[in-house]
Amino acid sequence: MNSPQPLPVAAAAPAPLLQVRDLTVTFPARHSRPPVRAADAVSFDIARGETLGLVGESGSGKTTTGRAILQLQAASAGSVRLMGRELIGMRPSELRSMRRHMQFVLQNPYSSLNPRMTVAQILAEPLRVHQTVPARAVPERVAELMTLVGMDPAVVRRHPHEFSGGQRQRIVIARALAVNPDFVVCDEPVSALDVRTQARIVDLLQSLQERLGLSYLFIAHDLAIVRHVAHRVAVMFGGRIVEMGRAEEVYGQPSHPYTRALLDAVPVPDPVRQRAKLSQAPVELDFHAFRAAAGACAFGEDHAHTGTLEWHPLSPTHGVSCRFFPPPA
Amino acid sequence: MTALLPPGTTADAAMLQVRQLTARFTTRDEAVQAVRGVSFDIARGEAVGFVGESGCGKSVTARALMRLAPEGSSVEWGGSVLFQGHELLSLPEPAMQGLRGRRIAMVFQDPMTSLNPVLSVGRQIDDMIRRHAGVSAAEARRRTVDLLGLVGIRDPARRADDHPHQFSGGMRQRVLIAMAVSCQPDLLIADEPTTALDVTVQAQILRLLLRLRQDLGMALMLITHDFGVIAGMVDRVHVMFGGEIVEHGAVDEIFAAPRHPYTRALLDAVPRLTPGGAVQ
Repeated sequence: MNSPQPLPVAAAAPAPLLQVRDLTVTFPARHSRPPVRAADAVSFDIARGETLGLVGESGSGKTTTGRAILQLQAASAGSVRLMGRELIGMRPSELRSMRRHMQFVLQNPYSSLNPRMTVAQILAEPLRVHQTVPARAVPERVAELMTLVGMDPAVVRRHPHEFSGGQRQRIVIARALAVNPDFVVCDEPVSALDVRTQARIVDLLQSLQERLGLSYLFIAHDLAIVRHVAHRVAVMFGGRIVEMGRAEEVYGQPSHPYTRALLDAVPVPDPVRQRAKLSQAPVELDFHAFRAAAGACAFGEDHAHTGTLEWHPLSPTHGVSCRFFPPPA
Repeated sequence: MTALLPPGTTADAAMLQVRQLTARFTTRDEAVQAVRGVSFDIARGEAVGFVGESGCGKSVTARALMRLAPEGSSVEWGGSVLFQGHELLSLPEPAMQGLRGRRIAMVFQDPMTSLNPVLSVGRQIDDMIRRHAGVSAAEARRRTVDLLGLVGIRDPARRADDHPHQFSGGMRQRVLIAMAVSCQPDLLIADEPTTALDVTVQAQILRLLLRLRQDLGMALMLITHDFGVIAGMVDRVHVMFGGEIVEHGAVDEIFAAPRHPYTRALLDAVPRLTPGGAVQ
């Protein structure tokens, strides 16, 4: 990797809340398989109060990226700075105190809550661990958190199984917010939920962001949901960010052929248009085949020769990678 | 109560007639009335959709046609399921086994758990064909290779010897579809067949189902929570809620002018790619 790296997309603010640079996660060789670069030189910023949507298909590296940012997965290279502080290589005791600022909400509200604990115990646990409120103030804070996520504080003595999927996800969100974090990684937070419940949880996440100034990394395979929650969107493929920009740019002028294939595959809830879509021949490109080739890239630049990044700005806020980019016909 | 008759279908023309179907299942600690008097028809070669949220009874309704109990429970069926003149709810089990997989076949959501991990996929399809068609091992394998080719698996003769873990999720779903259509069923039930798959793979599987329906002349019963998936695939839609069909009609009419407030609420909640969509 060559350094120093210019920013793929101009930072939204002078001091972003989160700054990720060349984050790389390599899984070692197993059995007969070669090592896998699950995240490959991933770089982006997230400003305070901003949502970056991270989309891609299974195996694209989006979950690995989220886990590596939270230091739940060791990075093999790169930098993750939260509130100006480098998290990679940080001493465990220091990292523990930084965890107060970064939390996560996972996909499955059924397995991410301990079935033996009451909701009160679940919400009190992070308060105790991080000692954010004095012990006698814990019940009051628990009630406050329940109200924050739109639930009745009277039900805190119940166990997770007594709640619906949507209510459980509200409890998961309340737990993440218990310590007043600045940054939350939401990894497929609504994909296990019914469509009406999805809409309500997305609504809740957005109103919490407005009220508390939260920043989100919103990881999802559902492009329509991301369209609605994200200010900016990064598209991942093969461990790389292949396109990034403001949501209206990526959805309005998708510029990487993979982004276009992804958007094209989304079923449209309109019988006439969806039938027409299915009757057309699909885009069946093996994007893995268009890794880095010697010589000029799809944009006519020889990166190996010039030492420049495989990244091509389309606007001050929108850019595309020539990696996995089929050569012009 | 009068039975609901789907519009445009006369009672005696339908290949499948379901009348006042009820399903009550008991688990370890509770009894649930999952289906409460559902009636519908499916004509030969027709594609019919069932949409609704989890727990609405759509999957249990589909399973009634195969007389399969949801895992870990016992079911008490009521009403009538008439398929090609056979009353399925009272058919003796050996006769039911003759229909299951042969005249009515099913594809489930999870292609990871529906295949036997220790047998090659070819062997699993061979077994299915031999059980139902009574052909020689060599003939069964010939048909298996044809089927794998039909569902779009490249180099099918070689891939038939591979085991399930050597296939991606989308390829495994193709294998399961190959198995389901191996005996040229008259009705293919697909219960959330693309829910576990990536969106580009989903588009491929939906196209495959459309093509197979055309080539083999099967009727399709498609169960999904996704209005986008249902939109391009079926002629008629049933919307289910609380174990009942709350609305049914031609797919274009349901999308253009939903009558039931529940259908409207569901359609309004569908997130759309274009700005100004429904997620508030």
